[in-house]
Amino acid sequence: MSAVQIASVNTPSSEPDRASWYEASARQRIRSLLDAGSFEEFIGPEQRELSPHLGIFNLPAQFDDGMIVGRGRLRGEPVFIAAQEGRFMGGAFGEVHGAKLTGLVRAARDATSIPLLILFDTGGVRLQEANAGEVAIAEIMRAIIEARLAGVKVVGLIGGRAGCYGGGSLIAGCCSALAISEHGRLSVSGPEVIETNRGVEEFDSKDRALVWRTMGGKHRRLIGAVDAFVDDTMSAFRDAAVRLIESGPRFGADVLDAEQARLEDRLARFGTCADALDVWTSAGVDAAAAVPALPSEEFIALADKVRSIRHDAR
Amino acid sequence: MSNQSARAARNARLEAASKLAKGKIVEARDVTALLEAVIRSGDRVCLEGDNQKQADTLARALAAVDVSKVHDLHMVQSGVVLPEHLDIFETGVARRLDYAYSGPQSARIATMLFGGKIELGAVHTYLELFARYFIDLTPKVALIVAVSADREGNLYTGPNTEDTPAVVEATAFKDGVVIAQVNEIVDKVPRVDIPGDRVHFVVKADKPFYVEPLFTRDPGAITETQILTAMLAIKGIYAPYGVKRLNHGIGFSTAAIELLLPTYGERLGLKGKIGTHWALNPHPTLIPAIESGWVEQIHSFGSEVGMDDYIRARSDIYFTGADGSLRSNRAFCQVAGLYACDMFIGSTLQIDLEGHSSTVTTSRIAGFGGAPNMGSDARGRRHPSAPWLQAGKEADPDSPAALRRGRKLVVQIGETFGDKNVPMFVEKLDALTLAEKLDLQLAPVMVYADDVTHIVTEEGIANLLLCRDKDEREHAIRGVAGYTEIGRGGDKKMIQRLRERGAIRRPEDIGVDPLDADRNLLAARSIKDLVHWSGGLYAPPSRFRNW
Amino acid sequence: METLSYRHRAEHRAGGTKPMALVGVVASGNLEVLVERVLPGTECQVDISTAAEGFGAVWEAVVADFVERRSPGGLKLSINDGGARPDTVALRLAQAVRSIEENDR
Repeated sequence: MSAVQIASVNTPSSEPDRASWYEASARQRIRSLLDAGSFEEFIGPEQRELSPHLGIFNLPAQFDDGMIVGRGRLRGEPVFIAAQEGRFMGGAFGEVHGAKLTGLVRAARDATSIPLLILFDTGGVRLQEANAGEVAIAEIMRAIIEARLAGVKVVGLIGGRAGCYGGGSLIAGCCSALAISEHGRLSVSGPEVIETNRGVEEFDSKDRALVWRTMGGKHRRLIGAVDAFVDDTMSAFRDAAVRLIESGPRFGADVLDAEQARLEDRLARFGTCADALDVWTSAGVDAAAAVPALPSEEFIALADKVRSIRHDAR
Repeated sequence: MSNQSARAARNARLEAASKLAKGKIVEARDVTALLEAVIRSGDRVCLEGDNQKQADTLARALAAVDVSKVHDLHMVQSGVVLPEHLDIFETGVARRLDYAYSGPQSARIATMLFGGKIELGAVHTYLELFARYFIDLTPKVALIVAVSADREGNLYTGPNTEDTPAVVEATAFKDGVVIAQVNEIVDKVPRVDIPGDRVHFVVKADKPFYVEPLFTRDPGAITETQILTAMLAIKGIYAPYGVKRLNHGIGFSTAAIELLLPTYGERLGLKGKIGTHWALNPHPTLIPAIESGWVEQIHSFGSEVGMDDYIRARSDIYFTGADGSLRSNRAFCQVAGLYACDMFIGSTLQIDLEGHSSTVTTSRIAGFGGAPNMGSDARGRRHPSAPWLQAGKEADPDSPAALRRGRKLVVQIGETFGDKNVPMFVEKLDALTLAEKLDLQLAPVMVYADDVTHIVTEEGIANLLLCRDKDEREHAIRGVAGYTEIGRGGDKKMIQRLRERGAIRRPEDIGVDPLDADRNLLAARSIKDLVHWSGGLYAPPSRFRNW
Repeated sequence: METLSYRHRAEHRAGGTKPMALVGVVASGNLEVLVERVLPGTECQVDISTAAEGFGAVWEAVVADFVERRSPGGLKLSINDGGARPDTVALRLAQAVRSIEENDR
């Protein structure tokens, strides 16, 4: 390996742009994404809006309930931003966590001219706060649609340890655009749930290569469920956020119709494929088996050739 | 028994099985019958049972023999790993056991020993067991495992050669019978690891033998505390003693050391001065150091899943055959660790106030494996080296230099609180309680107090070489035991005196700031990073992937 | 859940001007520390909320050593603990003080 390659693998803290998104905490992601010193937090940890429910289960709470909301600047332009801490309760939605995001999306809706970034890192809804969590998911989805109807761009970034599952994935599905890294996963049902319901022959949740083929960033990019695939670095996510805010489509009934058509077409094309490898081959990828091992740059080039992003749908 | 009749007895066994074989080849469906023909009740049988590879087809066949034909066997094997290894004791096929390692079966073997189902000879280290294969535990029948065979019985054992040469040497040359299971039978093996005239029967197994990935540690799981202990070890021991020749026990702290060499080690200007020659399995976490030019060569006990292609590409570092694949050899690597290395460093579950350490708990018996060989002072050693002489001088400053033997550095490294927040430091080892329960003559101690030279925790380094009596040793240990009960129970004045003498050194004494123990220091922070470092040659097993 | 609280007098006031900082995450084996510059003089206070009950003696020792080593005068440190080991606690407390003493970025 050359010295250049070595430098790209080990990221000293003096090179924050190349720091790993996957490794970072929610707060570190916000700090690295936005312009230095521009982040202003709403309902910060010092407010101590803790979960009122976790104590009943003898579970420790977190001062921000795993959801950080606020505003700042991205390359000089104002944005609203929300980030989930995937390591706290698996990033799952609880009452306060959900309410903070609901409030932020409504603020964006009312402001109409400031885009919203959502940094997903969630396993879905907290079992301990299921009712409140589910309600929050529904309220957030509604608020996003209202915001988009008002002209707000809502961009989702996916690349953390918890992935983007359950109610989080439903919210992601309502966004204007999504960017994902290789580590990122996007799916409604998680691997263990599929295995429990369908059997290990159908889906072996311990076969991690299979998990990533089925729900991982590269597959989502190739099948068109996301708009951008990015390297696992702060600068790559930042560039994608800027790009997608700019290019993300407006929203309306015609866009929904186009999205329905896209999904029908997708089902027709790939519905009989047994594995993602078959999907990729069908989509025109020459050496499908080599895709998981491809470095980011090469994969992005391949994906651009195979499937260009269509902005008339989502 | 005379020379003639020993030979004749073996021939009789071979004759009894001959109708089941075409030349040396036996069909998989006839394996149980083959064992019933060749093995006699009461025989000493070695069933491979290595640390990694398992003769699983032969194990299943042995478990299926008619117990009225074959019973009361004396099993001598390195590892008790598969369920079948213990099933044969339940049914009476086997009665007595001598072995070295039982990690995967540690709970069941404990239960069976307590229940009197197994007559225990002794628990050994690997090298010790191999030694006894040549003196008083020679196998009459060896059931071994190889990758491939030709029709003459020449075997290719490949990267996971492990124990096979030692087992076959003892069995074949003492009128024993050697039966090998292989993944495939070929016209020509890639290289001859075991010559055919030592092999009597070859069976093509129903499926390829399984190898457990034991030496892969995910860099993503390494904690800041483990990084701190690694920094302390590098700056506080590797550097001042100049440790070039060494063995790492497997664990997260040693994985952290391996990953800090190209970064922290580089910053300290230590390349070429430490960590150049290794007795080590092919740890994926050493890849960055190898690629950065730290390593001259490595000899291995066995292989590691996913490393084959990388090893082929780095045959300048690893021991490989003319065919390009790794050649491992547990017996020779154990000897290398014993005599040709200046340091062993590894982790343990419990350390007592004298410094004895053990991985045994009252409900689990994992055996010894190879650690006691590595983690002991080799008193038969005669050649000097700088670290060895320096350690010897610290232990015994008063003797004349020319009559003062050196000491191998034996380092125990770990966090004061281990898994499930259980303290590493204890008043009484569980091993002692176990010995009482099982009426053993010796408590199963992994590393004895008089062998261990240093203990490294996140609290600092205890240098036991500088301790002059039992009281000082106890307090040096308490001094690095942090907030455990043992740590909070120390005499503060005595600990301060030991610190002034350097018998205890805290991170600030060594020039390490705990706040600098950051995951960004690791040369690789994920399995994926290791794949990148290897130029795409390392192919990690599925369970380690997150892409 | 157990709550613990320790009040100490540090050797001197903590440096810097930032009013607050946050380090860590509440997860198994981990903890978060919210540090606020709200106390007078060299007073300091550490409040702990933990699901691992019965470790008061250990917390007391860790906090006492922390106060002696890092002199967090004027600071209130609030901890939500996910069952972290003492060395992780000590590290986070030190990180919290470093964080609040740093210049604003």
